[in-house]
Amino acid sequence: MYTPEMLASMAKVEASRNKNLATEPRRMTAEEKKALLEAFHPDDKADQFTQLQVGPNAGERVPLELAELLQSTPRVLDADLTRTDLEADVLIIGGGGAGCSAAIEAQNTGASVALVTKLRVGDANTMMAEGGIQAADKPNDSPAIHFLDAYGGGHFAAKKPLLYKLVTQAPEAIAWLNDLGVEFDKAPDGTMITTHGGGTSRKRMHAAKDYSGAEIMRTLRDEVLNRPIQVVDFTAAIELLLDEGGRACGALLMNMETREILVARAKTVILATGGAGRMHYQGFPTSNHYGATADGLVLGYRAGAKLLYADTLQYHPTGAAFPQQIFGALVTEKVRSLGAMLINREGEAFMHPLETRDVSAASIIRECLGRDKGVKTADGQGVWLDTPMIELKHGEGTIARRIPAMLRMFGKYGIDLRKQPILVYPTLHYQNGGLDINPDCQTPAVPGLFVAGEAVGGIHGRNRLMGNSLLDIIVFGRDAGRNAGQMAVTAQAPGSPTLNHVLRYQAQLDGAGIHTGKYSPRLLPTYNAMGKDF
Amino acid sequence: MEGMVNVYFFGKRYVVPGELTIMRAMEYAGYQLVRGCGCRNGFCGACATLYRIKGKQELKSCLACQTQVEEGMYVATLPFFPLVKQVYDMEKVPVSQQVMMQLYPEIYACIGCNACTKSCTQELDVMQYIAYAQRGDFAACAEASFDCVMCGVCSARCPAGISHPQVAMLARRINGKYLAPKSQHLADRVREIENGDFQSLLEALMDKPLEQMQELYNHRDIEQ
Repeated sequence: MYTPEMLASMAKVEASRNKNLATEPRRMTAEEKKALLEAFHPDDKADQFTQLQVGPNAGERVPLELAELLQSTPRVLDADLTRTDLEADVLIIGGGGAGCSAAIEAQNTGASVALVTKLRVGDANTMMAEGGIQAADKPNDSPAIHFLDAYGGGHFAAKKPLLYKLVTQAPEAIAWLNDLGVEFDKAPDGTMITTHGGGTSRKRMHAAKDYSGAEIMRTLRDEVLNRPIQVVDFTAAIELLLDEGGRACGALLMNMETREILVARAKTVILATGGAGRMHYQGFPTSNHYGATADGLVLGYRAGAKLLYADTLQYHPTGAAFPQQIFGALVTEKVRSLGAMLINREGEAFMHPLETRDVSAASIIRECLGRDKGVKTADGQGVWLDTPMIELKHGEGTIARRIPAMLRMFGKYGIDLRKQPILVYPTLHYQNGGLDINPDCQTPAVPGLFVAGEAVGGIHGRNRLMGNSLLDIIVFGRDAGRNAGQMAVTAQAPGSPTLNHVLRYQAQLDGAGIHTGKYSPRLLPTYNAMGKDF
Repeated sequence: MEGMVNVYFFGKRYVVPGELTIMRAMEYAGYQLVRGCGCRNGFCGACATLYRIKGKQELKSCLACQTQVEEGMYVATLPFFPLVKQVYDMEKVPVSQQVMMQLYPEIYACIGCNACTKSCTQELDVMQYIAYAQRGDFAACAEASFDCVMCGVCSARCPAGISHPQVAMLARRINGKYLAPKSQHLADRVREIENGDFQSLLEALMDKPLEQMQELYNHRDIEQ
């Protein structure tokens, strides 16, 4: 499977393995990290960003691809809004972990709930989260230590009240999931088996093998399906609907198969549409699911909601760089939590394996592009992740027990990661920024519009730690569900739906002379050569 | 052309690069996928696929995103399969063999043909985990089924009409909720937070000026 060149480099990795295992590389100083990020992190490539010209964030910089999406023509400027195809107290857009958590809690308030999703419920980045979920529930840990790890890891940019909520509600989120039947890795006495993630100062990563997100997602989905919640698959939201007063009151939907346009009416709306990996910012491959196209950001922005930190993306340090068939697929950080080190072509451990993700990604890019110490592959290059170290450290059988998905993924292509190291390179993984919310998950600009999950900006600041995203979809998903449910059952009903905000936005685009020649939101990526944007 | 192979999507021939996965090959051929494509990384089970190599007898199953094309591959995707998912209240389910008899009695009609195991795209011993479910051994069923992505191929091949992934789902939830050992440290921490034990500590931390926060962060003690 590996090329002769790769095998020659691998021999050096093997020869240095015991020496590398015996030494813990020094962690970088704050100054070293700053210089590294400025020189090599993709967020610092000025020519890959542009200023928005219209909307609430006009004048601020965002990735080129996102600017195009936000400033493209709405798919529908006129629709029959007198029809009602779907009606509920709470409309949830998105069927991932945040959407499903929200649905369960909204239903608990007594509200009627509808959940629409453009693929199937559960087709979401949550399903693909492998490594784990953070919560400070061990005696040597505390929510304050968790706060400091996340705040510093996010470059002191997180909105403090949001991060406060994340860390203080984390243990309860784990307890809630466990009570729904999520199977966490535990010792025989019930103690959660926890590990480090990049940038954590305590071992607080809870996991379900390396299917942590899948185990959480399938359990939440099962619970949603056990309840009287309307779930509508293969139906995308293509615009929000606001009443005359500007309050959210539903969404314009599109059947993904028949392309029929539908009207959903609701008293409150929750956007839980997830991330943007499938926009392939800067040409990076992605670890994200097929529907991650930033559509929720487009909907919210046109409705008047503000973006926060939309210029920061997370490149997961260890995407698969080889073989080609799994290029960009996530190699969970847990592989490093369990002891595998990052090694360059010459067999040198060039960095501490558990720096934060932005620093680790930039360091790998520097090793390849700045120092020419990467290993060439068909798609570019990569560095070694020395997986056999795991079993040298923790004993035979550890890999099959703790990271079976990784063993299977590489095994399908003849690579046994118990015996051979694997090649990795950063992959587009997470949207750090998103829509700005109050601590109740509601957008300040659009009453009745709540946001949860990866579509939110500000919880993590400008970089997110491993295991804080699975956590935020649960904490903020549940809270958005509770608050949207309560508002729907207690507040006055909104007025009739309009698309006035969309017309106004289009007028602004026209006024600024912006015509990208494309339509948005984009709903799916297009990977066929002759295809039109979906 | 070198490196190209003939594949047949729903019986129609396309010539595609041999290193592609089935999913990428469909896109190379011009398909815009809507169904049958989810995470593209082997976790969601959206792309269950059946195939047979021309001239061979055996019907194989796989995930389209995780499987490389081969010469002469006849491919039929299975983007949806009507699994039976029973509705239940996790607070009230009996934690015994009885629950399976009530909700999924068809598992007792298993004829032991092992078609489920042979067809599993994750190479799980499906028939064995159903056997564990039959005897109410939920912990064993949970462990044996843990890597299931619920693609549904097993159920499509089952002469007894069993919805294996849903049976396993129920077993895992019962195991996770009722049978696995309880985490005392978690319950303790939830109670401490409810008591407001950490509130003043956190508020004091949050109120510190940026330089002090940076100082604390850069010199925090890291558990070995």
